[in-house]
Amino acid sequence: MIPVAFPELAPALPEILLAVGAMALLMFGVFSGDRSSRTVSWLSVLLLILAGIVVAAGGGAERVTFFGAFVSDAFSSFAKMLILLGSVVAVLLGADQNERDGQARFEYPILILLATLGMLMMVSANDLIALYLGLELQSLALYVLAAFRRETVRSTEAGLKYFVLGALSSCMLLYGASLIYGFAGTTSFDVLATTLQQGEPAIGVIFGIVFLAAGLAFKVSAVPFHMWTPDVYEGAPTPVTAFFAVAPKVAAVALFVRVMIEPLGGLVDEWRQIIVFIAIASMVLGAFAAINQTNIKRLMAYSSIGHVGYALVGLAAGTASGVRGVLIYMAIYIFMTAGTFAIILCMRQKDRAVEGIADLAGLSRQRPLLALALAIFMFSMAGIPPLAGFFSKLYVFMAAIEAAREVPILYVLAIVGVLASVVGAYYYLRIVKIMYFDEPTEGFDRTVSGEVHAIIGVSALVTMFFFLYPAPLLTAAATAAAALVKG
Amino acid sequence: MFAVAIFLPLLAAVVAGFFGRWIGDRGAQIVTCGGLLISMLISWWMLYAIGFQQQAQTVELFTWMASGSFEVSWALRFDTLTAVMVFVVTTVSAMVHVYSVGYMSHDHSIPRFMAYLSIFTFFMLMLVTADNFVQMFFGWEGVGVASYLLIGFWYDRPSANAAAMKAFIVNRVGDFGFALGIMAIFFLFGTVSFDAVFQAAPQMAGKTFQFLGMEVDALTTACLLLFVGAMGKSAQLGLHTWLPDAMEGPTPVSALIHAATMVTAGVFMLVRLSPVFEYAPAALAVVTVVGASTAIFAATVGMTQFDIKRVIAYSTCSQLGYMFFAIGVSAYQAAIFHLMTHAFFKALLFLGAGSVIHAMSDEQDMRRMGGIWRLIPTTYAMMWIGSLALAGLPFFAGFYSKDIILEAAYGAHSGVGQYAFWLGIVAALLTAFYSWRLIFLTFHGKPRANEHVMAHVHESPPVMIGPLVVLALGAVFSGWLAYEAFVGHDHKAFWGAAIFVAERHDPLEAAHHVPGWVKLLPIFVAVAGILVAWIAYILRPGLPEATAEALRPIHRFFFNKWYFDELYDRLFVRPAFYLGRGLWKTGDGALIDGVGPDGVAAATRSLSVQASRLQSGYVYHYAFAMLIGVVVLVSWYLYARI
Repeated sequence: MIPVAFPELAPALPEILLAVGAMALLMFGVFSGDRSSRTVSWLSVLLLILAGIVVAAGGGAERVTFFGAFVSDAFSSFAKMLILLGSVVAVLLGADQNERDGQARFEYPILILLATLGMLMMVSANDLIALYLGLELQSLALYVLAAFRRETVRSTEAGLKYFVLGALSSCMLLYGASLIYGFAGTTSFDVLATTLQQGEPAIGVIFGIVFLAAGLAFKVSAVPFHMWTPDVYEGAPTPVTAFFAVAPKVAAVALFVRVMIEPLGGLVDEWRQIIVFIAIASMVLGAFAAINQTNIKRLMAYSSIGHVGYALVGLAAGTASGVRGVLIYMAIYIFMTAGTFAIILCMRQKDRAVEGIADLAGLSRQRPLLALALAIFMFSMAGIPPLAGFFSKLYVFMAAIEAAREVPILYVLAIVGVLASVVGAYYYLRIVKIMYFDEPTEGFDRTVSGEVHAIIGVSALVTMFFFLYPAPLLTAAATAAAALVKG
Repeated sequence: MFAVAIFLPLLAAVVAGFFGRWIGDRGAQIVTCGGLLISMLISWWMLYAIGFQQQAQTVELFTWMASGSFEVSWALRFDTLTAVMVFVVTTVSAMVHVYSVGYMSHDHSIPRFMAYLSIFTFFMLMLVTADNFVQMFFGWEGVGVASYLLIGFWYDRPSANAAAMKAFIVNRVGDFGFALGIMAIFFLFGTVSFDAVFQAAPQMAGKTFQFLGMEVDALTTACLLLFVGAMGKSAQLGLHTWLPDAMEGPTPVSALIHAATMVTAGVFMLVRLSPVFEYAPAALAVVTVVGASTAIFAATVGMTQFDIKRVIAYSTCSQLGYMFFAIGVSAYQAAIFHLMTHAFFKALLFLGAGSVIHAMSDEQDMRRMGGIWRLIPTTYAMMWIGSLALAGLPFFAGFYSKDIILEAAYGAHSGVGQYAFWLGIVAALLTAFYSWRLIFLTFHGKPRANEHVMAHVHESPPVMIGPLVVLALGAVFSGWLAYEAFVGHDHKAFWGAAIFVAERHDPLEAAHHVPGWVKLLPIFVAVAGILVAWIAYILRPGLPEATAEALRPIHRFFFNKWYFDELYDRLFVRPAFYLGRGLWKTGDGALIDGVGPDGVAAATRSLSVQASRLQSGYVYHYAFAMLIGVVVLVSWYLYARI
């Protein structure tokens, strides 16, 4: 027996904090019942903010622990901040909504905390095993969340679908990981990176990458592994959908980027083909399929599929500026999506939630500020300058065009992306048109809490005025990207 | 100081055009007329200073454009040729401005009209003071635009709009030639500056270059292309169709643009380029033939028209033909001489016709006039003076200039010279005939207008008669006064370096030594033409009808303007319409809309429907899609490996 030293815990402090906190809150909730759900929610927000502070305090220095399975660097810190932000939003939105629907349960924030813990572990994974652990911890919590409203058929159906398909994707991911391990002889990212650097890779490694990528693509909901997304987005309770659309997406994209760039960095020419394929498919399908939707949550599902496609354009470039583009894209995406879902939460008539796009008709006359905020988000998602969404697309396309000098296929990617965003503009602008030019229907209730309004306001302001002071985000993203793409 | 004369009309146009609402009708009239009158006085002094004191100069303003070896500066070239042109332009323009105050007094947009007139004058002055081809082209296009605006001034009349467009489009053909000519010049000489081109021209004689796949003489090609531009502006045979239609514009416009200034731009351009044309004898021969043919063609059509302004318009076309064949036989001085005298008497005739139209309550058809000479005696006298000058009766302006042209043509002793001379003689006969036909039909005989109109016939106000008198003075004396300087013994000193005639010939010297009958023949045919007109329209009023009936095919041919309009309609206008309709219906409607915006939108919608149909809701479908995705990717890599 080889004596093993006790691993350093400091790099994993945010995760440890979340794990311990989540369990403590669970106990608190169990003993005080559903009456405590509000308290638990606020404590969860506090815990998430605390974790964020710890992440920020840790800085961007690269620290490895747990025998090389866990890494904390600028890249993971950046992603963690975004994830924690998304989780805070989800807890706040959920607390408000569940209470009004009579669904106030203390498990909701706790499940989010556990999922967040899984995500933080995902983005810090430095080993295939650690990757899988984080991913499953996250996924299991999300399956439950999707079926959170267990008395409604739609919610349970969503949870079940997500679980079955998620299991399938986990199988693929595991199969891919085992193939890679079988051909490369290691699960450590660092060793993989050096091993796979040399010479022509074995066909088994390539297959491993395909399966691994398929599993990850499921998590980011990229075409053709996206099929669960519209159904789950529509069926899950709206705050959960908002959470799905924000935090797990960021985590999965960050994980995707890390896996592709770090251990598989030497094989960029191999895996780029996968990314190009799923990026094009996602952008095109996201644009076209959304046009026909009448349910705004389904529309947002297709919108998120499209957005992932755009983000993957940056990954396909495979360069530092490409990774930077992805991070900027996800950061801005969080604000736009969180704001939009907060508005969707406001869509209540006679104390019942409505989800039809047609229900937005004439919103500009009844709730001008709300309509203005949604218009800002829609214009931004369509990529219209000077809103933030324009810049997010700009940076990924710029990275692709820069890299296209050596890899001409990226020109195709950029052109398809621009064309798809034209088609996409159609359904985003249609919402604006419905709000501003259609005859009003029944107005929305005005019972939404201040937190939701605060989320809408802050997101709208960030989206609107990002162009005035983009420097902090740009430099942070650049630092994070530099941590991943060395040299 | 000279530059002031050039830019005053621009200033006046800007003030009247942009601030007309504030300064009012009267203010606009004062500003523009005042500006032009000052310009006119400066130009008189300029003519004296340059022509008789040899103060030719070039005023550099600034560099206009510089691109690689292509450099164009903005400079005003003042030599005798420019001075004569500026003199003619500003004098006639000033008279027309003043006349317009009376003629347009009932119009609703006087400031606009005055501004257009002034801006036209400015562009014309830019054209004649140009120091390089590009600047000349600027003025050239500028007068084209101003002319378009003026012809279409009464834009609520469809015929005026159509005429304006016709003038613009026909001129496009000429301008295309001109632009090609400028490019050819730049290609050959590497510069567009007049001085540099003129200096290098002798070395270029006889050189060849590739044009349209053929090896052609370089200078001849360039000159012919430039001449196409001149043909368009000066309404020479083939590109003349716009000029008669342009009579839709107000009569002062016709006097200014379509008699005295813009239509002579082509003549001016060729004279200005005499140092180049002199080395392209083949091009000069073409100019002679085209000019002489135009002279006779327009005269035959003019005989048969009934619209008083159209008769004068065809007469203008014909007289421009004289100027061109003068250039063709290298008698540039004679061409400019005729240009000047013609400007006076033709502007006089137009403004006189305007006075008649004014008196006859806007009636232009001579068949509904007659018997009014006692009612408007001053106008009547003015028309007589103009016609005498036009027909070339001794001691009137046209006599000197037309004779020297015909003598030069005869003295050229060349085939084309003889062609031009004899056609010129016949055209002179016809000119005298139609001029007096116009006078007799308009002023004599029994009144053919209705009583209502006849009751209103009145002499024009002094503001209209004044300019007529000034122009009449020019029509009477300008030939006699300017003869010695322009084409007589002093012409070398007068013109200086402005006009270049090759050493090998001296057309003016030859013109002075032609046989006596050549000098007398024009006078004889002019008198004969007047007599015939008198017999036909006063003595035996039935005669014209009978003659027209007897020579029906020929009369119809002439009356329908040699069927040029019909020919062009068939050849160009209708095919263009068909092409346009085809492009619109199939090209735009079916192809661009169908495949383009509408088609894309429809395709997007159907794609969207199909994309959402994929989403069946069944888990096994979804799982199947995922597996298919993996299989496709794996197959792709396998395929790439093998």
